Amino acid sequence: MSSGDPAEQPILETSGLSVDFGGLTALDGLDLAVYPGEIVSVIGPNGAGKTTLFNAITATVSASEGDIRFEGESLIGLDPNRVTARGIARTFQNVRLFANMTVLENVMVSQHCRTRQSVVGALLWTKAFRREEEEIAERGKQVLSFFGSRLTGYRYDQPAFTLSYANRRRLEIARAMATQPKLILLDEPVAGMNPTESAELTGLIGRLRDEWGFAIVVIEHDMEVVREVSDRVIVLDHGVKIAEGDYDDVSVDPLVIQAYLGHGAAAAT
Amino acid sequence: MNLTVPSETGPQPPPGPAASTASNDSPPRPPFAQDWGRIARMGAVGAVGQIFISLSNMPVKLDGRAIIEGILSLGYLSLVVLPFAVGSRVGYQVRREGVPFHRPGTYEVVGGAACGAVVGGGLSLLAILIANFDLREPLVNWSPILADLLAFNRGTAFAVVIWLAVGAVIGALGGLLRVVPPLAKRILWTVVLTLFGAAVLESLTTDLAEGMGLEGPVEWFYAPRGGLTVTGAIALAIGSAVLAVVGRGRVKGAKAHIDSLEGPARTRAHLGLILATGAVLVILPMFAGKLTNELLANVGLFVLLALGLNVVVGLAGILDLGYVAFFAVGSYSAAVLTAAASPRINPELPWFVALIGVVILTGLVGLFIGAPVIRMRGDYLAIVTLGFGEIIRLLFLSDWLSGWFGGSQGITNIPGAEIFGLAEVSGTDPRSVFYLVLAFCAIAIYVSWRLERSRIGRAWMAVREDETVAEAMGINTVNVKLLAFVVGAVLGSFSGAIFSAKVGSVFPASFLILVSIVILVVVIFGGMGSIVGVIAGSAVLIGVLGGPKQPGLLAEFSEFKLLIYGALLVWMMLARPEGLIPSVRRTRELHQEEMAQDAWLRGQTDEDETADDNNGAAAGRTAVGES
Ligand SMILES: Nc1ncnc2c1ncn2[C@@H]1O[C@H](COP(=O)(O)OP(=O)(O)OP(=O)(O)O)[C@@H](O)[C@H]1O
Ligand SMILES: [Mg+2]
Repeated sequence: MSSGDPAEQPILETSGLSVDFGGLTALDGLDLAVYPGEIVSVIGPNGAGKTTLFNAITATVSASEGDIRFEGESLIGLDPNRVTARGIARTFQNVRLFANMTVLENVMVSQHCRTRQSVVGALLWTKAFRREEEEIAERGKQVLSFFGSRLTGYRYDQPAFTLSYANRRRLEIARAMATQPKLILLDEPVAGMNPTESAELTGLIGRLRDEWGFAIVVIEHDMEVVREVSDRVIVLDHGVKIAEGDYDDVSVDPLVIQAYLGHGAAAAT
Repeated sequence: MNLTVPSETGPQPPPGPAASTASNDSPPRPPFAQDWGRIARMGAVGAVGQIFISLSNMPVKLDGRAIIEGILSLGYLSLVVLPFAVGSRVGYQVRREGVPFHRPGTYEVVGGAACGAVVGGGLSLLAILIANFDLREPLVNWSPILADLLAFNRGTAFAVVIWLAVGAVIGALGGLLRVVPPLAKRILWTVVLTLFGAAVLESLTTDLAEGMGLEGPVEWFYAPRGGLTVTGAIALAIGSAVLAVVGRGRVKGAKAHIDSLEGPARTRAHLGLILATGAVLVILPMFAGKLTNELLANVGLFVLLALGLNVVVGLAGILDLGYVAFFAVGSYSAAVLTAAASPRINPELPWFVALIGVVILTGLVGLFIGAPVIRMRGDYLAIVTLGFGEIIRLLFLSDWLSGWFGGSQGITNIPGAEIFGLAEVSGTDPRSVFYLVLAFCAIAIYVSWRLERSRIGRAWMAVREDETVAEAMGINTVNVKLLAFVVGAVLGSFSGAIFSAKVGSVFPASFLILVSIVILVVVIFGGMGSIVGVIAGSAVLIGVLGGPKQPGLLAEFSEFKLLIYGALLVWMMLARPEGLIPSVRRTRELHQEEMAQDAWLRGQTDEDETADDNNGAAAGRTAVGES
């Protein structure tokens, strides 16, 4: 399924999306669509605007032009927390966990928009409150167990800053999963991992789609990973989409090779 | 805790006799090869400080307060603090990888003595100057009284000699502190703190003991004109020294034991502790007289305020410098709703009914102030809250609203709080005020404790850590922060409502910015985010030193209260930034790196974990390496 089922409605769609940073156009009239159950990779040289695309989708930066539609409804003008509530979760390129909170608290707090108990429930220690707390912890443990035994057991109660780099990246994904999204945006999930770890995470990204049913957009520089996971690859350069399609097609596209070589970055092979 | 992290690249000690010792520690330094420059520098700093303290008039004012009858007064204590501190500090060595650490010995004592003598020399100099020049014009405390105090009434020459000698001896004692074994140090500190504590708590213990009919022992321990008797002091010293040896590690052991408990056993232990503390707090005031109860009530009011501010600052991380606004709104609304004399409307509601109105009003004011403020971050927010705190006070003061709040005249004749017809709580009966405060403190503790462990508390934590990410994780940061603001406001208003019933009148002058600052200092000093810490902070600062207008146990300090607050705060930020009794979380935030390093040394982190808990992956890595 190279471009999804055309009859199906895309879960995420941007049209003419532009983002300006005071004169610098980080994204320039971008059109893209992501279909349910699809894994799309976004690649491109440094500064191409990949992270900016994620920031625009999650409303961390505001779009200067164009539209972003999620499940057919526009996200323009929503606050970041509303976007997350709609069902989009993300990770950050430079891991941004709640470092002093424990592993379990990290995945509990991100369920905030899925839970309802108020101050009154907490103070009166109601049955509904206790049930919800249990469910939160339960769901937290469930997403953590997706990564095997690494984030479970005694690690539940360890502050996130004690984790190794790879585990921090895993915990960030778990935290995104715990928001119960429909679409997950992963910003360079294997950056800084060794080959074994990145191979393993590549497998997990596939399972995220297969077992949890998320649509996934992943920004990645590691071409090995891109080739493994992607149903479709979108190449950005200077905020413009320069190619889209199968990994095999895209990787031989002269424009793409030009973009990478022209920037002197690690070439796609 | 001194960690020596093995490092291959760290600077190596220069080759020489010191470096060749097998043990980590080098032999003691020779006693007279001192770093005289350092001694002169630190001594000079100490001398300037000590002269400053003298000219602030602290020694003269505090001389009236005896610690040990006829031997030591608080005034003289204030003159020897710096020689001791400086003498102890001058020989301090940092244990650092690659730098030789010399075993402490005579070197430290000699250095301390020299440094202490320099500080003492400062006082000698001051004595000479006072005797020969008259600088009373700019320096109001440049007085013969001070000169006499410095000279023990025996003339300038005596003053010069005695202060050099005292400085040297005290400095040497400070240096000695570096040399003596830990047990001796422990005994020393226990004795010193016990004596000091017993002297500070004199009025409290006397009052309680008399309430229990134990006048005999009190007369034996305390001199009629204040201070410990010599025999009493010796007895206390011996007693506390024995306790220090016998009780060594017991407290820590008990705490570790409770911490090691799991599940229901742990809950039971905690519950037992809380009930025991509660019982003491309920029973104690029954034996106490008016003054003690007054003091307890004042401390309680500040505990309540500090607990409220702790929700805002400690839990949600919003630096609110205008917290007094809610105290003011609580006081005024209670006053307007209960007093017959309030200018415009006077429904004369019973206190508990009025309290509902107070909570609603303060909550609304919290929302009203919070809504614009909460969108700002960091410094801007702090400044704006500071402004709002003043605006509220100025509104109560203004002519424009004087029809409602009486302007600078305030509202007087506020009736006491009627407790369901059972009792009347008012300023004339401080014991009842204390019980009322205690009840509301219990509520505030429960509220902060429950909220911290709920989804709201976790959201506060996340906002405190990283607001942008918290928002991206689905937390409505504006609502969550506003909620903290309102909860804090309501807790503060309880304190205000009790305050107005206790004092019987409210004036704008009771709600100066200073109150905000003091509450914040209490929270920071006690330990942000820590309920126990905040209570301890109030007890120490408000109970011992006194609140903005309320006298503490050391009433003599009232003039120097702010000076000492400042000094304590600075010292705390340097020595223990997480506060007196910190929350685990705050300690983590401040010592993240050290803790991560400790964990690493204990082998508890999980670098290289692919190798041990994922054999398949490890095999994969080998394959990659080979290919
Ligand atoms: N907040 C911002 N303010 C100003 N300029 C920004 C901001 N964020 C990004 N930019 C600029 O926008 C451009 C695109 O940045 P972006 O982070 O999206 O690149 P990227 O494709 O993610 O690169 P990388 O591979 O290095 O992560 C860059 O030139 C960057 O400097
Ligand atoms: Mg990026």
